[in-house]
Amino acid sequence: MSDVQSDVQRFLERLGEHAAGRAEAQGPEPTWIAARRQAGAARFEALGFPTRRDEAWKYTDVRGIARGDFQLATNADFSPATAARLTLPIEAHRLTFVDGVFAPALSTLDDLPAGAQLVPLSRALEENHEAVGGPLGRLTGVEFSPFAALNTAFMEEGAVLRLAPGTVVEKPIILQFLSRAGEAPAMSHPRILIEMAGRSQATVIEHHVGEEQAANFTNLVEEVILDRGAILTHYKLQEAPLADLHVSSIHVEQARDSRYTSFNLNLGGGLVRTDLITELNGEGAEANFNGLFYGQGRQHVDNHTLANHNAPLTFSNENYKGILDDRAHGVFNGKVVVKRDSQKIEGFQSNANLLLSDRAEIDAKPELEIYADDVKCSHGTTTGQLDEEAVFALRTRGIDEQTARGLLTLAFAGEVLEQVGLDAIAERVELAVAGKLPERFNLAGLVETAAALSEE
Amino acid sequence: MLEVKDLHVTVEGSEILKGLDLTINAGEVHAIMGPNGAGKSTLSAVIAGKEGYEVTQGSITYEGQDVLEMEVEERARAGLLLGFQYPVEIPGVKNIYLLKAALNAQREAQGLGEIPAPEFMKLIKEKVASMKMDTSFLQRAVNEGFSGGEKKRNEILQMLVLQPKLAMLDEIDSGLDIDAMKVVADGVNSLRAEDRAILLVTHYQRLLDYIVPDRVHVLVDGRIAKSGDAELARELESRGYDWVQEETAA
Repeated sequence: MSDVQSDVQRFLERLGEHAAGRAEAQGPEPTWIAARRQAGAARFEALGFPTRRDEAWKYTDVRGIARGDFQLATNADFSPATAARLTLPIEAHRLTFVDGVFAPALSTLDDLPAGAQLVPLSRALEENHEAVGGPLGRLTGVEFSPFAALNTAFMEEGAVLRLAPGTVVEKPIILQFLSRAGEAPAMSHPRILIEMAGRSQATVIEHHVGEEQAANFTNLVEEVILDRGAILTHYKLQEAPLADLHVSSIHVEQARDSRYTSFNLNLGGGLVRTDLITELNGEGAEANFNGLFYGQGRQHVDNHTLANHNAPLTFSNENYKGILDDRAHGVFNGKVVVKRDSQKIEGFQSNANLLLSDRAEIDAKPELEIYADDVKCSHGTTTGQLDEEAVFALRTRGIDEQTARGLLTLAFAGEVLEQVGLDAIAERVELAVAGKLPERFNLAGLVETAAALSEE
Repeated sequence: MLEVKDLHVTVEGSEILKGLDLTINAGEVHAIMGPNGAGKSTLSAVIAGKEGYEVTQGSITYEGQDVLEMEVEERARAGLLLGFQYPVEIPGVKNIYLLKAALNAQREAQGLGEIPAPEFMKLIKEKVASMKMDTSFLQRAVNEGFSGGEKKRNEILQMLVLQPKLAMLDEIDSGLDIDAMKVVADGVNSLRAEDRAILLVTHYQRLLDYIVPDRVHVLVDGRIAKSGDAELARELESRGYDWVQEETAA
């Protein structure tokens, strides 16, 4: 048996053990779930882990995941003090998972407005598994990728958010994924399902964070269904520990006049791969993809985005910025596809990268596929260093060259952060970027000063 | 305070300054005037340390130090500050970041610690108000999307915060309407002090109605062709530069 096969078998064995344990504890599952699990496992077994020969994985080596021996967590124990330190200081509805296991003690689910349902996936299945079975897996099937197949085989926990027509959730909803440092690395395969009916509105913050020494694998699949006029702002704040491995796919379906705004803010994690896909299916649907990634050390961040303009008069706007230092490796692969007869669409895409070290690397690949003739599209990617004229201008004010470069790096990130509507997130990320700059820049104090001034 | 001796400067192979001499003492305001292309901006650029200017001969001494041996940021920290004719836009760098980083750099050079936050806030608000600027300017990126007048005010604001010993202002009046000019002139006048000097580089006499100089120099073809008091500026305004050129040639 080759290594590759044994890697796959190791994951399947883990699945078998777990299924046996579950059957013993909970009895048989609904048939549709069992069937999907089987389909997922079969698909994963057939595909195996992707290799760099697969076009979609050309720049990302997942052997660190394939060779890992990950356990499934069985409890959600987590130090309340650590959790309090890690959590976002935002008044919110909060669902917390520890290595994928729901943590009721760290969750706040009361005072949701009428028409809003926010529950862990396990509870949604218990309450009405058929209502979940319809939408779940419709957008991200087992064919999407070996990781999606693996997720389907293991899926058990996650979050379900459903909003009735016209429901507006004022407070942000935080889905917090805590990664725990333990004796053996853990894996989790969370599943998120968001269904927003007509004209409903919400802000969802997906926050990945954990104990510094953690080295776990998260394999997330997320499906978002926006009905007519629904508005979702979706933050993915990635602050996972540096040895964490993270693969996720976010698949969005947008009906007429809906708006989906994504902020993919990547600061942490050793290996992070995110696929973000939207299906613009109705006139007036609009998608905004904002991204910022900061890689240091040997961090690897891979962003794949895809906007499918399946209907006329649909809009997509993408702006991703990358900062890479040391030997970090970034990937930006953004694609805009305009179907035949999708006239009068607008699709804009921009990606700019800043390399702070000679050994940092970026693979940037913008793609446009247009099969309609009356469209407005543009795309572009730039990779470079800092503006020397600006460096000089700062030095003429007595600011040393290193600090000047730090300020300009912070400014580069600022162009994405300006779009962030939640001040608490913008400030946190700005502070993190300032803190990641070499210590001699010492810019954190500046950021705090500016924040204090703006609060007056 | 500043002594420029026999300064020769070459830009891209052609000599722009051809033996310039200039002495500025503490407490004085000097104005350098001259026709376009005489080398006015070159002088302040060389003193500030801009790249692309080659000093082939002569010296610049500031408080006994050889300016040409100092790094750009060292010059600023020592109190030599240039206000630009065309201030650079620095997208994303908030004004307040620049001001605080610059002030702390200067304090560090003087052996002082970082300025405490409340003290900084107080100082900054006072200076912003005196330039008739809104505090929202502090949160905006340096010069980004500023009008010409706002950029110039911003240059003076930096001067007011950093309190240079020698403030050099390059064509600070260009692109200003009369109201903005008054605000800028008030800002500059507030810098006048016994222990400080100001060097104005200007094409027009108009600015000198508001900031009355102690000495006026006419720069022609890379050299100081004539020096005088504020009266000389008025004479230039009515007679133009040609007569100075002719006088020099004679």
